[in-house]
Amino acid sequence: MAKKLNMRKRYELLTRGLGWEPTYQPKEKVFPQESYEGIKIVDWDKWEDPFRLTAEAYWKYQAEKDKKLYAIIDSFAQNNGHLNLTNASYINALKIFIQGVSPLEYGAHRGFANLARQFSGEGAQIACQMQSIDELRHVQTQIHTLSHYNKHFTGLHDPFHMHDRVWYLSVPKSYFDDARSAGPFEFMTSISFAFEYILTNLLFVPFMSGAAHNGDMATVTFGFSAQSDESRHMTLGLEIIKFIVEQHEDNLEIVQGWIDKHFWRAYRVLGLVSAMQDYMLPDSPMSWKEAWDIYFVDNCGALFKDLGRYGLRMPKFHEQATEESEHLSHQIYTVLYQFSHAAAFQTEVPSKEKMDWLSEKYPNTFDKYYRPRWEMYAQMEKEGKRYFNAGLPQVCQTCQVPMCFTDISKGNPMELSYRVSEFNGDKFHTCSDGCKSIFDHEPEKYAHAWIPPHQIFQGNCGGAEMPDVLKYYHFNEDDSGEYKGSADDNSWKAAHHNSNDDNDIKESA
Amino acid sequence: MATKTNFGTYPVGNKDAIENFHGNQLVYIAWDDHLSVGPANVFPLPPEMPFGALISEVIPSITSFHPDFEKIDWDKVQWNLDGKTITPVADQSIADNGVSHKSLLRFKTPDLKGYQSTGN
Repeated sequence: MAKKLNMRKRYELLTRGLGWEPTYQPKEKVFPQESYEGIKIVDWDKWEDPFRLTAEAYWKYQAEKDKKLYAIIDSFAQNNGHLNLTNASYINALKIFIQGVSPLEYGAHRGFANLARQFSGEGAQIACQMQSIDELRHVQTQIHTLSHYNKHFTGLHDPFHMHDRVWYLSVPKSYFDDARSAGPFEFMTSISFAFEYILTNLLFVPFMSGAAHNGDMATVTFGFSAQSDESRHMTLGLEIIKFIVEQHEDNLEIVQGWIDKHFWRAYRVLGLVSAMQDYMLPDSPMSWKEAWDIYFVDNCGALFKDLGRYGLRMPKFHEQATEESEHLSHQIYTVLYQFSHAAAFQTEVPSKEKMDWLSEKYPNTFDKYYRPRWEMYAQMEKEGKRYFNAGLPQVCQTCQVPMCFTDISKGNPMELSYRVSEFNGDKFHTCSDGCKSIFDHEPEKYAHAWIPPHQIFQGNCGGAEMPDVLKYYHFNEDDSGEYKGSADDNSWKAAHHNSNDDNDIKESA
Repeated sequence: MATKTNFGTYPVGNKDAIENFHGNQLVYIAWDDHLSVGPANVFPLPPEMPFGALISEVIPSITSFHPDFEKIDWDKVQWNLDGKTITPVADQSIADNGVSHKSLLRFKTPDLKGYQSTGN
């Protein structure tokens, strides 16, 4: 009987051993996307998969993780775990997650499936196949976990439909579409490196530790279940960058350009996370600024010191992102607040305790620039005139965030930042030097961007009136607007009022 | 540098070309030093609309809630169109005043600096 093979040998046979040289068609025709971006791969065998995972081992690990996860989700549902949250307003963070992030996981699933087909190296094909399946598993576990909340709260019922249509969701969607409509090496640099390596902690830590701090054990559990996959993806992201740069000297400049672009694109998406983290979590584990300092300034600073020996430098405009870190969440949440009549979540003026927390976390900016704004809105609300913006916002042609950013790097924190380019006879407005430089590099691409307010005015979003547009978005009546007095607020108070009564009865008995 | 593609060239034309707006043109309008209003607002407006109507109808639709609004002295307002100072003529059309498709029109009220003069 044959001897049992060791792991390394098995990996080699089950991955590298699966390839062959095509003879019926030239290789360029079999892998038509591999060369047009200008990346030169001399030897695919130099690709090192640090995990050396075979399909057999992969299924075993993933099945174990799923078994644990679904046991916890079941018991969470049976015990009405949603009643143990800090407050129902916390659910607004989950709405942003399932509408904004879960569809990205699905986009990543499709993107990596395409890469598995387009790369000619077998090691890369297998790694991308597994990541593709990981991403599909993530989106499934997220849907299954959050479906319990969908029974009790608003805004969670149709996230994939919303993702393709709603104005604030065009921010994450357009970023992923940008990457997915690029070539395979750019997609890899964007999603595996810029997003999953450089910025992933800034996405997952706020959501997962936010969940832990607010009693959401279900979300914490799917976070843990995805974590070992994520660390595999991060390692892959770093390996691919090193691999590409080492393959040919011409690759360096192209890859650096993609790192610059996709760092800024992904960073702009995280603006939504900053607002969620600082304003929507009833109990915030750390501020956006604190997270930025640890995960970007310190960790990525160290990373790029290491990558210096490959000739790579920090992404362009990273200084501006750091300068913005004391303003970002306040500016984005202002937009979410004043346009939440057209959003599938609810917002409110921060409570007194929240404002004090923000003053403490943002000593240089909050009291001076942003507290007066919230006090003004609070006053209006008190007079029965809760502020909603009566028009549609100007949106950046590149990142698609409403143009709420100010010229902080130029020393004007209270002056909106406007950049404009001319292309093909029209003006194109961008929110920052980063977004303008991305536009100017590929204007042919961004001139075709689907800009939500412009699409509404072109008549492509269900009609001319706001109710028509909200119907086109598949919003329900209770999804939008002010949190106080919303359906979620009312049902939460009713449920907790009743459970207090129960306690009273038990105690008196 | 032209965008690299593996499918040839991108289609000609811009998605937001003026032809797609049913006779209107897009105009972005912002009130400086009043960030509580929000980002600039975008409006589809007929190019022949008099500039005066933009002042009396369009701008109030987004700014009239603000405590500073009542105090605006429109004769003192400073206008900035696409980065250049202009002196608009109220009974001429916005097009004749130089407002074109996707123009950014900003106005400043020199004596009014927002809620409690904080730029809000």
